Amino acid sequence: MVIRGGKRLTEIVRKHQSGILQDWIKEQFAAVKAADRISEADRRADCERFLSLFMTALQASGDEDITAAPWAETRDMLADLSRSRAMAGYKPSETAVFVLALKRPLFDRLRGEIGGDAETLANEVWHTTVVLDGLALLTTEIFQKSREEVILRQQQDMLELSTPVVQLWEGILALPLIGTLDSNRTQVVMENLLQRIVDTGASIAIIDITGVATVDTLVAQHLMKTVAAARLMGADCIISGIRPQIAQTIVHLGVELNTVVTKATLADAFTVALQRTGASIGRPAKA
Amino acid sequence: MERIPILKMNEFLLVSIQVDMHDRLAMTLQDDLTERIVRDRARGVLIDISSLEIVDSFIGRMIGNIAAMSRVLDAETVVVGMRPAVAITLVELGLSLPGVRTSLNVDKGMELLRASLAGGNGNGHPDAGR
Repeated sequence: MVIRGGKRLTEIVRKHQSGILQDWIKEQFAAVKAADRISEADRRADCERFLSLFMTALQASGDEDITAAPWAETRDMLADLSRSRAMAGYKPSETAVFVLALKRPLFDRLRGEIGGDAETLANEVWHTTVVLDGLALLTTEIFQKSREEVILRQQQDMLELSTPVVQLWEGILALPLIGTLDSNRTQVVMENLLQRIVDTGASIAIIDITGVATVDTLVAQHLMKTVAAARLMGADCIISGIRPQIAQTIVHLGVELNTVVTKATLADAFTVALQRTGASIGRPAKA
Repeated sequence: MERIPILKMNEFLLVSIQVDMHDRLAMTLQDDLTERIVRDRARGVLIDISSLEIVDSFIGRMIGNIAAMSRVLDAETVVVGMRPAVAITLVELGLSLPGVRTSLNVDKGMELLRASLAGGNGNGHPDAGR
């Protein structure tokens, strides 16, 4: 059964608009005391805008289905609101309260107007609840979505930031790894390195793991994969920057690094690489 | 029938794979190449796969097999010009082709072959003696 209330609600909202607004803002402040991150004037403007959109939508549809076309503007407004609050660091509940706080003022007015007729009152209250709950859920949903977007963007930024491939010499590349190596990062690292090998025609790549906090079997496996892929392209890899602690861990874990050349420091690895490419470097002999 | 051409360059054979490898083609190449190594008494084989965009486990294994067969026939095999995507795929498939020598391009592959023939021990590096 679809309860076609709404007509009364629309009327009542229009009649008591300023009173509802006043009470609503008071409710919101009571519910979210700590959150004075938005000035009262801004909040008031938000409320006024929402209420007028809410009224227009109620009038146009009179229906409970907030996904319908007449609610589009209200939905957009709420979407903007919860997105900006998500960015400002609000909690999801604080965002939802924006809509939910409207309940009490509306119910009070409904009771005042309809009073004696229990059945109509119940219908109207139910109708109002459905609409407001729908809108509140919408804010939570959008809040969460915008948070997720932020996290996703940061993850991507981190991936991009943390995998530079630098050319040390003609034919010698260095890949300083920093942070933890998971499968996603290994993939990006590998792709970057291989692409640079093609671009520069390098024959030696030094993978420096000074900045890698821990090396476990999984990280070692990822490293070996990268080395194997580089070898398939015709470039040799040297792993450098192995700290004493990590050397111990590697042996205790029984990780096989026998197939790669390993050096303690990037400088050592660079010297080996220079030798292999037939170049040499040193101070000119003093006369 | 479709065949992959095998070119003779002095003591080396050059195979350039420029079409998508399918299984039958790979088998034919294996036959042809072993035949030619014996007939031309080749000392080295260069397999250029720079145009190869798609590999599967079969083709990966085939490349490994061809290299192993050539070695039995006393010819060094160098696989040159593997694309990054192909390299990643092979590694993910667990085919890191141990025993197959690799090089970035035909030039470097040729150098590597010459160096290893001159050195005789097969441990020459692509850039050794530059």
